Amino acid sequence: MFAYKGKILRVDLTSGTIKSEYIEPKVARQYIGCRGMGTYYFMKEVDPNVDPLSPENKLLFFTGPLTGTAAPSGGRYNVITRSPLTGAIAASNSGGYWGPELKFAGWDGIIFEGKAEKPVYLWIEDDHVELRSAEHLWGKTVFETTDAIKEETDPDVRVTCIGPAGEKLALLAVIVNDYNRAAGRSGVGAVMGSKNLKAIAVRGHGGVEVADPESFKSFAERDRSLMKNDPVAGNGLPTYGTMILVNILNELGGLPTHNWRDSGQWSKADLTSGETLAEKYLVRNKGCFGCNIDCGRVTKIPEGPFKSFGEGPEYEAGWSYGADCGVSDLGAICKANFLCNELGLDPISVGSTIACAMELYENGYITIKETGIPLNFGNAEAIVELTRMIGYREGFGDLASEGSYRLASRYGHPELSMSVKKQEMPAYDGRAIQGIGLNYATSNRGGCHVRGYTISPEVLGVPEKLDPQSIDEKPQWVKTFQDLTAAVDSAGICLFTTFAFGAPQIADELRAATGFDYTVEEVLQAGERIWNLERQFNLKAGFSKEDDTLPKRLLKDALKFGPMKGNVSHLNEMLPRYYEARGWDKDGRPTKEKLAELDLVEFA
Amino acid sequence: MAKMLLITPDICTGCHSCEIACSQEHEGYYVPSKSRVTVYTWEDELVSVPMMCVQCEDAFCMKACPVGAISRDPATGAMIVDHGKCIRCKMCMQACPFGGTSFDPVASRILKCDLCGGDPECVKYCPSGALKYVDASTATIERKRAYAARLKAAVGVK
Repeated sequence: MFAYKGKILRVDLTSGTIKSEYIEPKVARQYIGCRGMGTYYFMKEVDPNVDPLSPENKLLFFTGPLTGTAAPSGGRYNVITRSPLTGAIAASNSGGYWGPELKFAGWDGIIFEGKAEKPVYLWIEDDHVELRSAEHLWGKTVFETTDAIKEETDPDVRVTCIGPAGEKLALLAVIVNDYNRAAGRSGVGAVMGSKNLKAIAVRGHGGVEVADPESFKSFAERDRSLMKNDPVAGNGLPTYGTMILVNILNELGGLPTHNWRDSGQWSKADLTSGETLAEKYLVRNKGCFGCNIDCGRVTKIPEGPFKSFGEGPEYEAGWSYGADCGVSDLGAICKANFLCNELGLDPISVGSTIACAMELYENGYITIKETGIPLNFGNAEAIVELTRMIGYREGFGDLASEGSYRLASRYGHPELSMSVKKQEMPAYDGRAIQGIGLNYATSNRGGCHVRGYTISPEVLGVPEKLDPQSIDEKPQWVKTFQDLTAAVDSAGICLFTTFAFGAPQIADELRAATGFDYTVEEVLQAGERIWNLERQFNLKAGFSKEDDTLPKRLLKDALKFGPMKGNVSHLNEMLPRYYEARGWDKDGRPTKEKLAELDLVEFA
Repeated sequence: MAKMLLITPDICTGCHSCEIACSQEHEGYYVPSKSRVTVYTWEDELVSVPMMCVQCEDAFCMKACPVGAISRDPATGAMIVDHGKCIRCKMCMQACPFGGTSFDPVASRILKCDLCGGDPECVKYCPSGALKYVDASTATIERKRAYAARLKAAVGVK
């Protein structure tokens, strides 16, 4: 097989056995790879009602056919499992260099089963694969773990691992590769921790061959230059990183603030913007494998109480700790974000959970007796300290490490959790931007912007400008974006490529790489197949139409500030039309005909 | 006009695009371990440095080669390995202080940057300008100017 290595590893952590298996070309073609192929294997092998933190849950790492090639931003891998945070399917995507290295070692993916008796890590050097003791690494941070594994394996090794948060089964724990890149959502780090699996270290000396090298090269170069000449991918993101969105969303009136209570606009937004970050703290840009955007930020806070150095933050992290917590000290925001990387935490959910705790605190539902530290909105020290406490599950951090929904419910106010399917929503307000609200409500992994990033048309005007408040055309746009994103994630490239190009270019790259005779329609249909398969998983796991919703605050409480003031989400008008656009019944279930059309009958 | 590959590590983003481009050009597939350019990253300081053969004017590799398999391409200035003559003794690897040559054990041949015949692919794929192919006589003018500006700032009136 071209573009694939054609084989995966199956590691039974309970018995310690490691096997190599071939992948089927038909599955590769239908599910592309990465998120799609991982979900296919997961669905075939795991009961959707499995306890996410039990040995019966499996943890899959999959690359895509474009991972490790010249395809622009082709450095991605996905982690697939049942989420302990949401109970839904988790497909967490990460960049960096680990995914390509796995392919250079000769493997498309790894399936972990069972649970190791004692902490272990997997060491892969091409065909040599072994489980090693990780008892000496248990308790160490992401950086310490990665450094130690480098020391005992190979200086050029690539490591993906969990930090203390994953070990302690924090539901907001992530899996971090290459020090600062994370499979960041839905608590996949806790699943890894529950298996006593500390890390996967990979060194590969092989390569990835494509079916038609000449055409592939010309497509890759065409698409690289599309990106270079694109105003977002070629200018905005390289210059200011994703934090460029702070001022854009604020000006539009779609910036959620103070746990979404005072949303719309925030007078202090610019203090936390990409422009301010570039001016005050940016050292240089950082790029994932094969990327010519290089939106990563190397940042340094040279002095003061938050003196630190690291990578980030991204927009959603900068927002969760910034606007959502009412904190305008950019140094504190950076420091809290660095801590997330070190301890292995999802900054979107952690920052949002802290914002939720701040509202509980200001409303008097919790006091300093429970929290140990004052949690007023705007408290810069608190975002750093509570992040640390969450990472180690210390004191109040123990409760908060389970996310805002469980925290707010415990104190009798679940309505203050700004989450969908128990996962915190990111930095775009669905009251100001109608399509993104529909996307949050219908996302297969709960509150998430990167299942269907309709911010592109609704805010940035890509590929065309839509009125953020209109609702008529949004169900179809959300469906299309969700399907396209599933295909992009499955190809092994970064979603940010879609600022500059779309399905036709991706189909070209996939065709030349794999040798499968893909058309644009087939690629989009693969995306739709993956989306429907994920939906089937969630329905079997007990989710229903009732879960396709937004926090009451978005449906009832109008935006307070800015040009979008007075608006609420019109989700209930859009949802039936979304089901219709998807070919689902009125309860949001894929019809028999739809499943047959997508060759998903076996998963009915 | 003698040209050189100019490396500016302070703006290298560590994306490894140069390795992708190099292996694509020379091997026909994507295999960083056979790339003639290698990016080293110090993650604790988030600094990346691309390294490749620097095409010495007075080249140890050429002097060390017992069969005269390494010679300069007059058009590009690149030190070129004649694989027909090469006996794979690896003396060029022993001699080079920069680690500029390496060995491919599968194909049994020396791997070394040949400047792609005067149009280096790594430079074309570098997104940040950390790798540039420039006239050697003026390569450092911008760096000189940048430091001159610092000196100006020290003694200037504004």
